Amino acid sequence: MNKEMLFTMNTAFRDEYSIYGYTYGKGAKAACIVGAMRGNEYQQIYICSLLSKRLAELESQGDIVSGKEIMIIPSLNYSSMNAGRKYWLSDDSDINRSFPGNPEGPATSRIAASLLERIKEYSYGIQFPSFYLQGEFISHVRMIRTGHESTNLANLFGLPYVLTSDSRSFDHATLNYNWQMEGTEAFSIYSGGTERIDEKSAGVAVSAVLRFLTRMGIIKYNCHGGYISTVMNEEDMVNIKAYDAGFFHKLVGINREVKRGQVLAEIIDPMDGKVLSEVIAPTNGIVFFVQDSPMVFQNVIIYKLIRKIHK
Amino acid sequence: MIETVVSVNLMVGEVLKIKKNRLAPDFPNGNEKRICLVSGIYGDELQGQYICYEVIRRIKKEYHNLTGIVDVYPTLNPLGMAAKIREIPGSQIDMNELFPGSQSGAMGEYAAYNILQDILGADFCIDIHASNLYLHEIPQVRMNDDVEDILMPYAKLFNADMIWVHPSTQVRDGSLAYELNKRGVKCFVTESGFAYKINQDYGNQLVDGIFAIMKYMGIWQGDVPEIKNSIIAHDNDIIYINSESSGIFIPRVKMFDRVNKGDELGYVVNVITGSVEESIKAPVTGTICALREYPATEEGSLLARIVVGGESDE
Repeated sequence: MNKEMLFTMNTAFRDEYSIYGYTYGKGAKAACIVGAMRGNEYQQIYICSLLSKRLAELESQGDIVSGKEIMIIPSLNYSSMNAGRKYWLSDDSDINRSFPGNPEGPATSRIAASLLERIKEYSYGIQFPSFYLQGEFISHVRMIRTGHESTNLANLFGLPYVLTSDSRSFDHATLNYNWQMEGTEAFSIYSGGTERIDEKSAGVAVSAVLRFLTRMGIIKYNCHGGYISTVMNEEDMVNIKAYDAGFFHKLVGINREVKRGQVLAEIIDPMDGKVLSEVIAPTNGIVFFVQDSPMVFQNVIIYKLIRKIHK
Repeated sequence: MIETVVSVNLMVGEVLKIKKNRLAPDFPNGNEKRICLVSGIYGDELQGQYICYEVIRRIKKEYHNLTGIVDVYPTLNPLGMAAKIREIPGSQIDMNELFPGSQSGAMGEYAAYNILQDILGADFCIDIHASNLYLHEIPQVRMNDDVEDILMPYAKLFNADMIWVHPSTQVRDGSLAYELNKRGVKCFVTESGFAYKINQDYGNQLVDGIFAIMKYMGIWQGDVPEIKNSIIAHDNDIIYINSESSGIFIPRVKMFDRVNKGDELGYVVNVITGSVEESIKAPVTGTICALREYPATEEGSLLARIVVGGESDE
C-alpha cells in the first residue's frame, strides 16, 4: 500500500489540509474508489476502511493482479467530520456539487478539479455517496442516465438491484456524472444509510466491490457470485408520502415483501400520541427505501416500493 | 390580499406557509399585466425583505396609481430564514436547485412546484437576492445570454449599477429564474449587498427600478425617479481575484472604487506570525464590483471582482 497526497492547501486556522489516496498494486490505473465527500457520511468512510484493510491483505498475499492499480480515497472532507458539519467548513459548499471544478476557483472547486484530473485516468470509478433522501435502501448500484452508463457492467457487482435514473439539475455537478463524461465507467453504490454505521450493509458493499474487481480481472479473490441484478428505472418505483407530520413509527423495513393495503407505518401526533394516519401500501411489491428519521414532515417521501415484484 | 401558496405540516405543532401578497387595482378590467417579486429563497439573504416591504409601502401610499397586478412573495424559504441558514433546514438542500419541483416530491420539491405553478402566467418576475456571507455585491442584474434580448429592455430600467450577462452554457438548470424563462415567464435575478444585512440605499435604488419597470409594463401610473445607466458586462468583462494564500484579508479599497492595473487591493495576513502572506494587486484597470466581506480566507477564496470595460448605456 502506498499513501499518496492528491491535494493539499493551507488553511487560515488549521494548518495544512491534504487529501490522500491509498494505492494497492502497481501498474495500469484499473479502479478508483471514493468514499465520504460530506462530513456526515460515516457509513461511506467506514466501507472504505473495510475495503482498505481487505485490499492490503490481498496485496500482501500477491492477489492483486500484476500490472493493476487500485486507489481508495476514503474522505475528501474529513475536517467537516471533525467539526460535526455536513459541508465544507469555511463556506458550506458541497464538494459533490463542485465538479468538474475550476483549478483557480474556491477551495471545493479546486479540490474537485484536482481530484477529477487525477482519477479520470482510472478505467472504473466506484463511489459511495449519500442520497438526498435520508434513509435506508436495499443495497444497489445507481447510475445516472448519461448515455455512457453500462448496466451490464453494473450487474457484475452482484447486488440485488441496478437502478438508473434521469439526471436532475444538480447531478451535472456530481462526481459520478463528470466521471462518466471523462470516459470512466462510474458507479454509485448505496448500502445502508449515512449517519449511522450498518455493519451488515457495509459488508455487502465490500463484497460487491471485491466481486466486481475480481470479475474485471483486477484482483484474485474467491467470493460468492451474488445476485443476478434486477435493472430498474427509478421513475418506475412507487413513492409513498407522509400525509401527516409527526412521529414516524415504522412497522415494515426494507427488503420486505408487502401486499396492497398493508399498513407499513403510522404517523403519530407528538403532542397527544394519537395516530394521525396509517401509511398504506398502494400496491404489492418490495420495500426498497424507508426513511429513518424519528419524525417526518408532511409530504416527504417515506417509502419507495418496487411494484408487483416478488422476492 | 394575502394568500397561502404552499402549506406543509411541520413535524411538531407548526405549519410551514409560503405566502404572497397580491396587490391589484380595486376595479380590474381583466387585461392587467402581472409582475411577481420573489425573495428569500436563501434564508440568509434579507435584502429582499426590505425591497418587498418598500414596494408594498409605496403602492399602498398611491394605490390609485396601480393599474396592474403585483404579486409579492417575500419569503420562499421561511424555515431557512427563521433558522438563519441559507438552505432548507434539515435536508440542507439548496432550494434554488429544486425547480421546477414536483407535486409528489419532498417538502422542498413540493414547495418549488407550487411556487412555480403560482407564478406561471405572469408577464415578468424579479428574483431578489442579496449576496452570501462572504462577498459584498454592487446592485446588479444577472441574466443568461440566451434571454438577453428579451430581458435587456427591463434590465436597463432597473436602476442597477451593473447588468451581468452570463453564458447560458454555464448556467445550471434548476433555478427559479432559469425554469421561468424556459416556460415563457420573463425573469431576471438581482443581487446587492451581502447576507444577513439590509442596505437601505441599495434597496431604495432597486425599488425605484422596480417602479420604473412597472411603469414600462403599464402596471404603475405614478411618477418614477430618473434611472441610472448601468454598466453592461459579459463574462469576459468580469475579472475574478482569488486568494492564493490562507489567513485574514485586509482590504485597501472600497466598493465602486476605480482601480488601475497593479494597484494594491489589499493583503492576506498570517495572524500568528504577524506577516503578510500575499499582497493582492489589481490584474486589470476597472471598477470594484464585489469585495470580500468575511475576512477569513483560504486558498481559492474569492476576494474581489473587477468589472472592466463593458458597454455603458451612456
